[in-house]
Amino acid sequence: MAEDTKPAPPAASGRANTKKELPEHFKAYKHVWVAVEIEHGQVHSVSFELLGEGRKLADKRGVDLAAVVMGDNRASLEEAARQAFEYGADLVYLVCDPTLAHYRNEVATRALTDIVNTYKPEILLLGATNLGRDLAGSVATTLQTGLTADCTELEIDEEGSLAATRPTFGGSLLCTIFTLNFRPQMATVRPRVLAMPEPTPGHSGTIVEHKLGLAEEDIVTKVLQFIADRDSDKAQLPYADIVVAGGLGLRSAENFQLVKELADVLGAEYGGSRPLVQKGWIPADRQIGQTGKTIRPRLYIAAGISGAIQHRVGVEGADLIVAINTDPQAQIFEFAHLGIVADAITLLPALTEAFAKRLRVNRLAG
Amino acid sequence: MHIVVCIKQVPDSAQIRVHPVYNTIMRQGVPTIINPYDLFALEEALRLRDRLGGEVTVLTMGPPTAAESLRKTLTFGADRAVLLTDRYFAGSDTLATSFALASALGKIAADFGKPDIIFTGKQTIDGDTAQVGPGIAKRLAYNQLTYVSRIVETDLDAGEIIVERRAEGGIQLLKTKFPVLITMLEATNEMRRGSIENALLAARAEVVTWNATDIGIEDLTKCGLRGSPTIVKKVFAPTARSEKAQIIQAEGGPTGLAEALICEIFQRAPGVESDLYEFAASN
Ligand SMILES: Cc1cc2nc3c(=O)[nH]c(=O)nc-3n(C[C@H](O)[C@H](O)[C@H](O)COP(=O)(O)OP(=O)(O)OC[C@H]3O[C@@H](n4cnc5c(N)ncnc54)[C@H](O)[C@@H]3O)c2cc1C
Ligand SMILES: Nc1ncnc2c1ncn2[C@@H]1O[C@H](COP(=O)(O)O)[C@@H](O)[C@H]1O
Repeated sequence: MAEDTKPAPPAASGRANTKKELPEHFKAYKHVWVAVEIEHGQVHSVSFELLGEGRKLADKRGVDLAAVVMGDNRASLEEAARQAFEYGADLVYLVCDPTLAHYRNEVATRALTDIVNTYKPEILLLGATNLGRDLAGSVATTLQTGLTADCTELEIDEEGSLAATRPTFGGSLLCTIFTLNFRPQMATVRPRVLAMPEPTPGHSGTIVEHKLGLAEEDIVTKVLQFIADRDSDKAQLPYADIVVAGGLGLRSAENFQLVKELADVLGAEYGGSRPLVQKGWIPADRQIGQTGKTIRPRLYIAAGISGAIQHRVGVEGADLIVAINTDPQAQIFEFAHLGIVADAITLLPALTEAFAKRLRVNRLAG
Repeated sequence: MHIVVCIKQVPDSAQIRVHPVYNTIMRQGVPTIINPYDLFALEEALRLRDRLGGEVTVLTMGPPTAAESLRKTLTFGADRAVLLTDRYFAGSDTLATSFALASALGKIAADFGKPDIIFTGKQTIDGDTAQVGPGIAKRLAYNQLTYVSRIVETDLDAGEIIVERRAEGGIQLLKTKFPVLITMLEATNEMRRGSIENALLAARAEVVTWNATDIGIEDLTKCGLRGSPTIVKKVFAPTARSEKAQIIQAEGGPTGLAEALICEIFQRAPGVESDLYEFAASN
């Protein structure tokens, strides 16, 4: 995306690229691809979300949707392929190679650029995860094509080009970006920004196998160890159905316990605003917002959070946002669905107790 | 050891305003800061230098006023500051930015010694793409280590470095060879305070300033807007939600409010209610 901090160039001058003049050799580029993310045998759910969106784009263009699955374990690749078909892929490019055992930039870049150059997609989508962002930047630079990172919306315009919309300046603005004269048109999308599609059980397609032909000795970077997150079996913040978060309004790390207690009763994940990370009340991976996690729960409860734009962009995808704040003018009431003007320090325990009572009663009754 | 840190001067995004009618960014009076993510990279570079010796060069591409941010890094103890500025760079997307920075890094290597490590931040707060680092690494054929949370070991003699990298669902312990490009994860260290001594030096220090010709770029079509495959067609403000929050009111203090809130939540999100009962039953 264009760097906006530099002095704006005089309008239209030098904008040779802004008209669509696709060079002849790019005209062979067809079909929409999703690079499926597989780590430790599991397909990342962002890949399903991308397949859902990719299906719509492919239908609009009247082309096929293909998934790229790469790894070292044939069984899990075939399982990933099966899932990709169920989520709408017509075609799967499968790369099985021992060097792809763990994600490494060098190998994955080589594999993906190889198949792009061989089979020529017009659109290539990746998840804006650490893996996807690591890979997309290298692949786009190698292919010398455009890449629009962290999109929130993908469309096909009247001319058949990919229109990728992404937030910029920390979400205070949105911009729509095109890669008119280069192929593939690349974009990444963060997890849970797109809706999770419904799979079609039994839907199947063609698998095209691609050989990589790399030798381990030729690869510089080695994975010495993988240390799984201790709570990796738990729902991660971006995937939680319910999230309870606190902000500076809670006034102390001790009071933050009230957030955790409510989260516990609800089986929810907890998080907080950035100042809480800076104060050391919560670990960095619990920060919600622009420079933290984007969440998309069914229910988000924010206690003592003012609702600054950087926080807002990370939570706007929640189905139902509940805000508890003492200040009726707080910005969070501009985008929350339900609000309570009250002291979170007394309201949170009351809420925890009321929820606990309901759940107890229901369990006895049920 | 020669370390280069790429930093960017960015508008303090908390204070960006959008023109209500023209949808353009109103920059007047918007203060600029060093991209907060880049400070983690800078601090890590300074620590490595303090431990292993060598020099830290800070590089930025931006308008002439970006010299201010560079000077700030000198007060923190960076050894040299390089400003890349040219109107031909205006409007660069990530591909054109990494082209210009990689070209400048070529001249840095020639003039001041080849960098063993190039650091970038994880991402910028205005561009927010996290793609410039990988772009530079690819262009210079440096080994790429993104989202590094800790540098575990550096062995200059063996030419090897071991780092912890934040991956999906865990941490990768990676070993690779110099030269490397590292994008540093946020919240991995605490930026030091500048010393008064350094501040005095910084005020008088020369900021090395280069344009496109200086760094040997012959093909200007690879720069700026013309060298950018991506085109921004439209910039607009997010649509404001029309209705504000429904404020819950009830008798009976916090307990009354809590009860009223739960009723409203369950009414609006029946899925949440059934999930909760399921969760409670399974516990
Ligand atoms: C580059 C950049 C990136 C950023 N990234 C993020 C990010 O990812 N995530 C993020 O959250 N922030 C981020 N921020 C910070 C953001 O701008 C705000 O400063 C931050 O979100 C404010 O946190 P807060 O709401 O907890 O605190 P405050 O803004 O101080 O708000 C506290 C709120 O609590 C209310 N309150 C006080 N007492 C009580 C009480 N007893 N009960 C209930 N309510 C009470 C107050 O009315 C107030 O609304 C970023 C900032 C910048 C510049
Ligand atoms: N104009 C620039 N000058 C120097 N470094 C930059 C510039 N733009 C980006 N970078 C570096 O690349 C990183 C990623 O930027 P971005 O891809 O814009 O998110 C930043 O944290 C900086 O370290």
